[in-house]
Amino acid sequence: LTGRNLWQMHLLRPGRISPTELCRKCLNRIRKTQHLNAYITVTEERALEQAQQAERRLQRGVPKGPLDGIPFAVKDNFCTENIRTTCASRMLKDYTPPYNATVVQKLLDQGAVLMGKTNMDEFAMGAGSTDGAFGAVKNPWGYAAPYGERTRADPDSDWVVTGGSSGGSAAAVASLTSYLALGSDTGGSTRNPGSLCGVVALKPTYGLLSRHGLIPLVNSMDVPGIMTRSVNDAAIVLGILQGLDVRDSTTVPAPSSLTELPEDFDVKNICVGIPKEYHAPGLSEETLAQWSRVADLFEEAGARVEQVSLPHTQYSIVCYHVLCHAEVASNMARFDGLEYGHRSQMDSSTEVMYASTRHEGFNDVVRGRILSGNYFLLKRNYQHYFVKAQKVRRLITNDFQHVFSSGVDVLLTPTTLTDAARYRDFTQEDNRTRSAQEDVFTQPANMAGLPAVSVPTALSRRGLPIGLQLIAPALQDQTLLSVAQWIEQRVGFPSIVSTQMLSSLDLLQSLSEGFHIISI
Amino acid sequence: KALPIIKCNCRHLNTHQTHNPAPQQLVGVVGLEIHAQINSSTKLFSGAPVRFSAPPNSLVSFFDASLPGTLPVLNKRCVEAAVMTGLALNCAINRKSLFDRKHYFYADLPAGYQITQQRLPIAVDGVLTYSLLGGKKRNQVMRKNVTIKQIQLEQDSGKSLHDDVRSQTLIDLNRAGVGLMELVMEPDMSCGEEAAAAVRELQLILQALGTCQGNMSEGQLRVDANVSVHRPGEPLGVRTEVKNINSIRYLARAIDYEIQRQIDVLQRGGTVQNETRAYDSKSGFMPEPNLPPLILYEDNASLPTGIDACQVVVVQKIKEGLPELPSVKRDRLVQTYGILPEHSFTLVNEDGLVDYFEAVLKTTKKEPRKVIGWVTNELLGHLKQEDMSVCQSPISPSALAELLELQETGHISSSVAKQVFQKMWRSPGKTALQITQEQDLGLVSDTAQLHSICQKVVDSHPDEVHAIRSGNKKVLNKLMGLVQKETKGRADPVLVRAILQKKTS
Repeated sequence: LTGRNLWQMHLLRPGRISPTELCRKCLNRIRKTQHLNAYITVTEERALEQAQQAERRLQRGVPKGPLDGIPFAVKDNFCTENIRTTCASRMLKDYTPPYNATVVQKLLDQGAVLMGKTNMDEFAMGAGSTDGAFGAVKNPWGYAAPYGERTRADPDSDWVVTGGSSGGSAAAVASLTSYLALGSDTGGSTRNPGSLCGVVALKPTYGLLSRHGLIPLVNSMDVPGIMTRSVNDAAIVLGILQGLDVRDSTTVPAPSSLTELPEDFDVKNICVGIPKEYHAPGLSEETLAQWSRVADLFEEAGARVEQVSLPHTQYSIVCYHVLCHAEVASNMARFDGLEYGHRSQMDSSTEVMYASTRHEGFNDVVRGRILSGNYFLLKRNYQHYFVKAQKVRRLITNDFQHVFSSGVDVLLTPTTLTDAARYRDFTQEDNRTRSAQEDVFTQPANMAGLPAVSVPTALSRRGLPIGLQLIAPALQDQTLLSVAQWIEQRVGFPSIVSTQMLSSLDLLQSLSEGFHIISI
Repeated sequence: KALPIIKCNCRHLNTHQTHNPAPQQLVGVVGLEIHAQINSSTKLFSGAPVRFSAPPNSLVSFFDASLPGTLPVLNKRCVEAAVMTGLALNCAINRKSLFDRKHYFYADLPAGYQITQQRLPIAVDGVLTYSLLGGKKRNQVMRKNVTIKQIQLEQDSGKSLHDDVRSQTLIDLNRAGVGLMELVMEPDMSCGEEAAAAVRELQLILQALGTCQGNMSEGQLRVDANVSVHRPGEPLGVRTEVKNINSIRYLARAIDYEIQRQIDVLQRGGTVQNETRAYDSKSGFMPEPNLPPLILYEDNASLPTGIDACQVVVVQKIKEGLPELPSVKRDRLVQTYGILPEHSFTLVNEDGLVDYFEAVLKTTKKEPRKVIGWVTNELLGHLKQEDMSVCQSPISPSALAELLELQETGHISSSVAKQVFQKMWRSPGKTALQITQEQDLGLVSDTAQLHSICQKVVDSHPDEVHAIRSGNKKVLNKLMGLVQKETKGRADPVLVRAILQKKTS
């Protein structure tokens, strides 16, 4: 074990906190934060069992790896063996997969303890975690001291959304019920809620993590996302999850097994690009200010900071919608009520059964995307929509390649336009409009398959997190995280800390490390 | 079971292009779409085993049942089979090919789409050469070509079983995801017999390659025909599909029936209706996003550095491993042994018969042209009668060779040889020599004995003797037959003829 492994060094050092104790504390917190609706399924018994096994291994001094005994949560669109996996849809309300997704299996193989399956937008279609069959997820920061004090908000009516679609995972990590969580990221679904919930949210390079067992949204853009409380933790998890998987033909070998981030990353020799197109309409003054602040930090530290242009960014959202809806129409075709999932009682014919199963099983958002997707895939429309969108996608990818080949190492952008919206404001607009607005900064990286990470940088005037995004060239995940950690070390973002959660020793330790503590 | 060479007798349909029909005459145009199940131990994109007639839903992986989150993983064996088939059919092998999803809602297509190769298939632009017997005596071998437009890899579907009594549909996914090669043959054929001959030749090629077992009744080879009629020189007519034919014989009949039906419709002033289902033309295709382009390498030298040769398909290596193809084998048999072309078809058509024939030749001095009759008439006739394959024959090639040696060296007559063959068939293990000795079937060459038998025959048939003496020499054959009857066919025919000639002169 190296000194850089935060969890084991600070939390699991023998005699301080045991895996079972940690697991119980997390389970307690899950109960206490039930109102957040972060979990669809809590796997309490299994978690305790796993924790006990981890504890025995640690006592014998033979941990399985750096994550042995560490609680984690998984978005409910990753298959988990014998644990129901719903995609927050009526269609899969009672579906129990017979196998584990590769990324889940890898965490289990490390001895990490699965706490439960987290809430989301139905089939990951949304940007608020408000459109799932199990209800909306609430942002823990809406219940933290700063928001209450600064806005005098009524927590019952003024609660704020987590962003989405991996809102449950973001809320789980932010509210300290899990130390890491898996999200999925197709157009920003990990980074968006990561930013709004003040956690580190990594979307690795496409193909670096296996999608086997991830119930797809858009196969050519989906990437398992990693949510943690620190950049270094994300690097450790990435190191465990990355690499070739024979079950996913789109995976690539990891460029290096080395996942330790350098202690003192020197930004003097790097060039940070600031894409001018990201000064988008609707960008909040506060987010813009944070963007400038961090850009200045780089400049002061001797990095080259340059304005760059990604001219096709403006077409990204509409292009994304065509490709996304087409793949959705295709991917959702299997949910017909025959082999698994919801099956309608109306079965006068196979066709009637199909139609009513799909009508009852999917929400309006999913059905709408299937309809438009099938329209785009019609023979007479295929060239006009799908092929054209693929061409635009190529132009967007070329934009990035052009910038990176001109000497830029990493791009710095906002993650979202604003801090988290109140639920009642958010739901003024429909899902489609919201997705188009919320994904504007995150979605181009999915088009190009590039690694991107959202790092929390500050609290807004309303006391809600603001995050910034870094985007790096393909397979430069390591560099990306090194730069992210450099930011993390300098912005002093406050953590939510539960006073019930930590012993006084932990508190002192955390304070001595310079964490700001906000209790809920 | 194997057909003898297919005889082209489609002239009665007035559709045969090769006979240069009058310009206003309607002729048939036939194209084929053939689905050949790849002979592989596992499915195209999953590790589930492939077996015929296993218990329902016992060969189904998570992927085959389209469980959410599962992904296709391409089976290398299936790629090699497609490349091998493409090479054997003189196709251009695409160094890069792509997979697509073809969408339709079928109960036995669990994912709601089939993974296929619509845009860029693995092999294109080949030729299949096949032969028909034509001419007045139907003994003239006519070679014909049909263009292979493309060969694409794709998934088979499951099977639906409809229970009308309980109004249920039962699904068996054992077949779902089995690898298929779809071969598209251009409409270069003009009648059922041509189509049947082309399919038969393809079947032999696939079996020789081992890329498909080719059993039509088990659905390993499925043929759909596109049939239309037109007047030569004019655009093709509206086409209809002839589907779900499970034997080559019925394929020929069904196509000819459809051609005649269309001709009748048009001649009555009607129009041919296109019965292709409407959604086929509208159904959406989309690139399969979970499979990167399939890249093949020309030879080992063209492999990128760092790539594991076991993980890739090298075209040159497959080319080197190609077995002797049926047409080459037939030519070789005709050339080497001087047998008739139609005999070469019979030999090649029957699995194992060429090997049998060549094994017989190894241990007998008898001329191949004489051996061929034994193999294609006596042996094959007996096998057919009892519905047996060559490898089940109770008479081994060496046993047959021994029998033929006895005849060749003058120990037994040809008619006795046939009797011995019958006895060998019924009592396997006994040699020709044993049977000949036990039954006292050896040739009677004792001149004195033959003289007395001949004298008896001559004495009892004065009319015949008179006829011969008056110049009708043919009647001698009758007397010879009577002598052979007396000796149960054992008399040396040369001696008998000489004696009889003397006695009747």
